[in-house]
Amino acid sequence: MTEARYTPLRERHESLGASFTDFGGWQMPVRYTSDLAEHHAVRQAAGLFDISHMAEFTIDGTDAAGYLDYALAGRLSTMAVGKAKYSLLLAEDGGIIDDVIVYRLAHDSFLIISNAGNRDAVAEALSARVPAFMNVLVTDEADASRRSVTVDDASDAYALIAVQGPASEEIVSTIEGITEVGTPWSEQKYYAWADAFFQGHPLLIARTGYTGEDGFELLVPAEAAAALWDAALAAGAPHGLVPAGLAARDTLRLEAGMPLYGHELSRDTKPAQAGLGRVVASDKEAFVGKSALAADGDRVLVGLTAEGRRAGRAGYAVVSEDGAVLGEITSGALSPTLGHPIAMAFIDPVFADEGTTVHLDVRGTKIPATVTALPFYRRKK
Amino acid sequence: MTDLTALEYTAEHEWLDIDGDTATIGITDYAADKLGDVVFVELPAVGTEITAGSVVGEIESTKSVGELYAPLAGTVIEVNDAVVDDPSLVNAEPFDGGWLIKVTIIGGAPADMLDRDAYVALTEG
Repeated sequence: MTEARYTPLRERHESLGASFTDFGGWQMPVRYTSDLAEHHAVRQAAGLFDISHMAEFTIDGTDAAGYLDYALAGRLSTMAVGKAKYSLLLAEDGGIIDDVIVYRLAHDSFLIISNAGNRDAVAEALSARVPAFMNVLVTDEADASRRSVTVDDASDAYALIAVQGPASEEIVSTIEGITEVGTPWSEQKYYAWADAFFQGHPLLIARTGYTGEDGFELLVPAEAAAALWDAALAAGAPHGLVPAGLAARDTLRLEAGMPLYGHELSRDTKPAQAGLGRVVASDKEAFVGKSALAADGDRVLVGLTAEGRRAGRAGYAVVSEDGAVLGEITSGALSPTLGHPIAMAFIDPVFADEGTTVHLDVRGTKIPATVTALPFYRRKK
Repeated sequence: MTDLTALEYTAEHEWLDIDGDTATIGITDYAADKLGDVVFVELPAVGTEITAGSVVGEIESTKSVGELYAPLAGTVIEVNDAVVDDPSLVNAEPFDGGWLIKVTIIGGAPADMLDRDAYVALTEG
């Protein structure tokens, strides 16, 4: 058992009265006061999240783009500088090592943000794929020897703070200390980033998130994290911003139909099974995981809704009326926004059509549920 | 406000207010806090005979499921319908409006109840 890690914002969370929970080896705030109140604040106003546990990798070099086309499932080489893209790191057999967001910082420079719990696996895979890439699709030896790409794990140097919710733009645009914003706030697009400074420290502002709302993720050097947290809380207070923990983050992302590694995604899950086939650029000539496609008959990820207030939970069986096992729930909760139970589950594709009635085995009680298109919740534009 | 030192406690983080042969039972503030926001409570029907240690109800939060254990044997004589309608009472008033069931005790209270000091020591330990 390795010692629990804390982010640079530990003292801030403690003084706000947070309860902590283990997440990927990190002690993270699970809630400050009420996870329901935090959830509703993000849907109606804004929430402030410490997500500094997430891992950051920088990929640099004249062949960085080509390397990422080989190392990741998507096509990153055609992404414009200033944009961000959701992608997957696949194993040779097509299983998912992690889901990541890739930011193109410059023509030959990228940032990858990955899950905290997968940091070591991602670091290992990215490193191992550098020498492998040198020999992929080479035209001649001179080509191979000219290739240049480096991978650095920069996780410990950075903190990541998310402002999420409909009031996010008003809040971040008034944070004191943010200067030289590269793109005017109102012109920053979803899945794009802008550079800036916060109290003299470089700041990367990404319009991304994991809540189903508009929002920003702010990447700063670890030493500036506490000051940025304080400044964001101060700017947000008039707009109803509250600090929000992982409990709210989980129900928010579930309502938004977003997968969580370890639940919907795993080494045993292929992208198409998880509804992420669109993330894989299968027409690329060579990339790790290309050989593997989901087999017919594999269980597929679906959304399920039920009536009442009793939620199916991760690990519970999805069964037919006569009790035959059709699959398993990967995430489930009573949706705070919708007021009824929602779940994601991998089930037999025969039962995966929208509108199909299945049953959740909730500790011995069979509760009817309906296969529903994801996401459960979609924000109004 | 309930006098917390007048209550008995169990290692399963339940409290009992024993008055003659009647016990009012709920979960502690510590248990409610660990669960997070309670969103669903299932309680036994009035008239149910319960045996010590058996699971007689469920308390669900957004994040997890807690079980209500019968701390003693008895007959359920009243359940708190207000908490079924508004489960957030378990968090807001765990020792008052968030009580769960009232039971007529059969065969006396168990000997291994904790007093307030012992219970607080348990949660801080």
